[in-house]
Amino acid sequence: MIRLTLNGQPTELDVAADTPLLWAIRETAGLTGTKFGCGMALCGACTVHLDGQAVRSCVTPVSSVEGKSVTTIEGLGTPAQPHPCQRAWVELNVPQCGYCQSGQLMSASALLATNAQPTDDDITSAMSGNLCRCGTYPRIRAAIHRAAELKKVTP
Amino acid sequence: MSLLTRRRVLTVGLGAGGALVVGSWLRHEHRGAGTKDSFEPNAFIRVPAEGPVRIVVARTDMGQGTITGTAMLIAEELEVDPSTLAFDFAPADRAYDNPKSLFQLTGGSTSTAGSWEPLRVAGATARELLKEAAAKRWSVPRSELVASLGVVSHPPSKRSARYGELAAEAVDARVHEPALKQKKDFTVIGKPLGRLDATTKTNGSAVFGIDVKVPGALVAVVVRCPVPGGTVKSVADEQARAMPGVKAVTRISNGVAVVAQTYWQARKAAAELKVDWDEGPLATFDSSSLAATHRALVASPTAMRKRVRDDGKVDERLAAAGANVLEAEYVAPFLAHATMEPQNATAHVTDDSCEVWAPTQSPAIALDEAVRLTGLAPSAIRIHQTFLGGGFGRRISQDYVVEAIEVSKAVRAPVKVVWSREDDLRHSFYRPAATHVLRGVVDGSSLVAWRHQVVSQSILKAVASPFVEAVTAGAPAGLTRSLTSLASEHLPDRDPTSFEGTETLAYAVPNVAVEFLHHESGVPTGFWRSVGHSHTAFATESFVDECAHAAKVDPLEFRRGLLARHPKRLAVLEQVKQASRWGQTLAPGHGLGVAVHESFETTAAAVIEASLDDDSIRVHRVVMAVDCGTVVNPDIVRSQLESSIIFGLSAALSQQITFKGGRVQQSNFHEYAPLRLSESPVIETVLLPSDEPPTGIGEPGLPVVAPALANAVFAATGKRLRSLPFSLEG
Repeated sequence: MIRLTLNGQPTELDVAADTPLLWAIRETAGLTGTKFGCGMALCGACTVHLDGQAVRSCVTPVSSVEGKSVTTIEGLGTPAQPHPCQRAWVELNVPQCGYCQSGQLMSASALLATNAQPTDDDITSAMSGNLCRCGTYPRIRAAIHRAAELKKVTP
Repeated sequence: MSLLTRRRVLTVGLGAGGALVVGSWLRHEHRGAGTKDSFEPNAFIRVPAEGPVRIVVARTDMGQGTITGTAMLIAEELEVDPSTLAFDFAPADRAYDNPKSLFQLTGGSTSTAGSWEPLRVAGATARELLKEAAAKRWSVPRSELVASLGVVSHPPSKRSARYGELAAEAVDARVHEPALKQKKDFTVIGKPLGRLDATTKTNGSAVFGIDVKVPGALVAVVVRCPVPGGTVKSVADEQARAMPGVKAVTRISNGVAVVAQTYWQARKAAAELKVDWDEGPLATFDSSSLAATHRALVASPTAMRKRVRDDGKVDERLAAAGANVLEAEYVAPFLAHATMEPQNATAHVTDDSCEVWAPTQSPAIALDEAVRLTGLAPSAIRIHQTFLGGGFGRRISQDYVVEAIEVSKAVRAPVKVVWSREDDLRHSFYRPAATHVLRGVVDGSSLVAWRHQVVSQSILKAVASPFVEAVTAGAPAGLTRSLTSLASEHLPDRDPTSFEGTETLAYAVPNVAVEFLHHESGVPTGFWRSVGHSHTAFATESFVDECAHAAKVDPLEFRRGLLARHPKRLAVLEQVKQASRWGQTLAPGHGLGVAVHESFETTAAAVIEASLDDDSIRVHRVVMAVDCGTVVNPDIVRSQLESSIIFGLSAALSQQITFKGGRVQQSNFHEYAPLRLSESPVIETVLLPSDEPPTGIGEPGLPVVAPALANAVFAATGKRLRSLPFSLEG
């Protein structure tokens, strides 16, 4: 039994200790917004926040998050109060197939949490671990700048 | 789609029947349909008494925006705010056949083009039925009614009713089919409406195939032969069966399935499985020798070749030119789609029913497979479409659906089959490898001879059977069988998907010959974004650049000089010329390359600015102009160009699938690398105005990317890149 805080809720997951956090989130906790893309931390589709840091949940054993706080895309914002990144993503029509976007948003929101006004170079280094096969990169870059503006108005 | 069929018949009969026939068709009567709770005038529109109007999306949205496009086409005539429409994915049903492919398929960049008229007719007819219901209720002429934003109103009496309030009465209404709006009256089409699926795709709530939750479902991992086409000789599964959570190990046609409670349990147990394979005929295949095989075939005087174009006297002109013949060979590798969502499907087969949940580009083929595997009647089978984490042609093949049905049938429980990335790269239906040999003769600034020989394999041969079955579903089995055998027999040597884009060379050359030589490698192949154009445009647009250089003419002007009879190509070239500032001084070491090509009825041109950075290619800027007919949603059209550019750059810069001993040598994204954000260039797109109906947009941006980049590297360095993916070594 692994105890953690998942999207703000104390949670117990009955799962083998070597199970990747990704599959514990998807199959045991039933939160399917976090995606499986490669299983080797190569694509970033599985990105979640672990105590506020963006991590690849596909290579994070669930046992290593005991007692820690995990935020998934489902916990990033609410329908009434979406995260500025989510608002910017919708405003700029970022998603195409959408499969990688949970991971993109988790990486982008982790960046903005520590860097309120990221430069293009900051965005490049923070986001280049997240693959998008639909090629939404130009819009992701623009949306992060836009989210930074939105965050200034409504932090 | 009966409307369209009727129009086709009438178009054919136009010469004999004339305007009278057309006139009578336009006045065809439509009746309302549905129940007292929901007005359902056709397959695409549902107007419930309460709640939002719902649309049924027939063309799978794999990211290319068909949900939003469908909403806009319907809303334009239905007179509703498209952003208020709720949407459902179509079930497998012939009402949702793609008029461009004659069965329920999303592919070939046909979604908007094929929906352009039927969806607007559906919207207009529904609107008039609702107005007719109001006219009856208020005893006023329908001509005095106005439909706007989901409300029918009668201005003279100041009465109005929401569509939902008229739904029950509209079910019994009858109207003649109304005329469609003129372009000048459009209020929705042509505007950049936000994507209707943007919110659900940014909060984790969109349900992709891999996210489907069916109560009691088990998860299966399939172990397949490392050599495509191989079969199981024997299995030692004791250790796998003993692993935690494992419920069953079962042989299926594609390998051995390990079924467990969760994916991770199944994946770990699958690693313990020991399978002895009969690796089959591909076991000795090595792709590194394929280009040499292709080359030998071109040189062989006895090789079967089909001349798919033959203008003038090419052979004589080439012989006469002697040493002045330009010659180049271009090579393209196998490619995987690598959709971000690995393949998966969920199936629940019982004695008398079958349900399938799948990210599929063809519910019709999924349905046919389910009928074949279960023996059930189509009416006992339900195919549920989900969101797709990318398609790019991979999800036309329904192998992953077959696996799910077979495993569910074997274990008598609902089962989700989930592939790993390694499974996906090693068991795909690859873009065929191809070799192009071109010879040309330049005289002054004109091209006098062009011979293009293409060696590749047939895609259609492999899919002939499922495609014919999908088209003829419901027809006598004998017809399906004879059409399938006809297709399999005749397709390989003349499969247009192998050479499309070569025989349509637009340049004014008096002597042109194009030959296709079929060579079956044994590798499973399929439709990969832009299909044959993905390699044919690389060959033609690289070679014309080489000809321009030989003629000592600016490559963009050289093309323009040969395109006088192709106004669309001239127009897109003019647009990329201006937008890219062609001819202006660039940063030191930078070069510009251009390419223009027509595919899926759309004309696209690209200019790319590139340089070398520590011996690797750096792509700085891509400018692309397209004429894709009427633009329904300019923002989505631009996003498709951005997508095609980045997809095309990924293939041009690094991607290839290679085989050794019949085994795919790439395993995951480190060995099959899509472009990353750090490598993503500045992109500018230009959409040409047009009054013509929409043409394709999901694919036509891609073919020009590789040649424009190769030509840019040549301009920057003087080095020609003729083999994909580009390498500067050697």
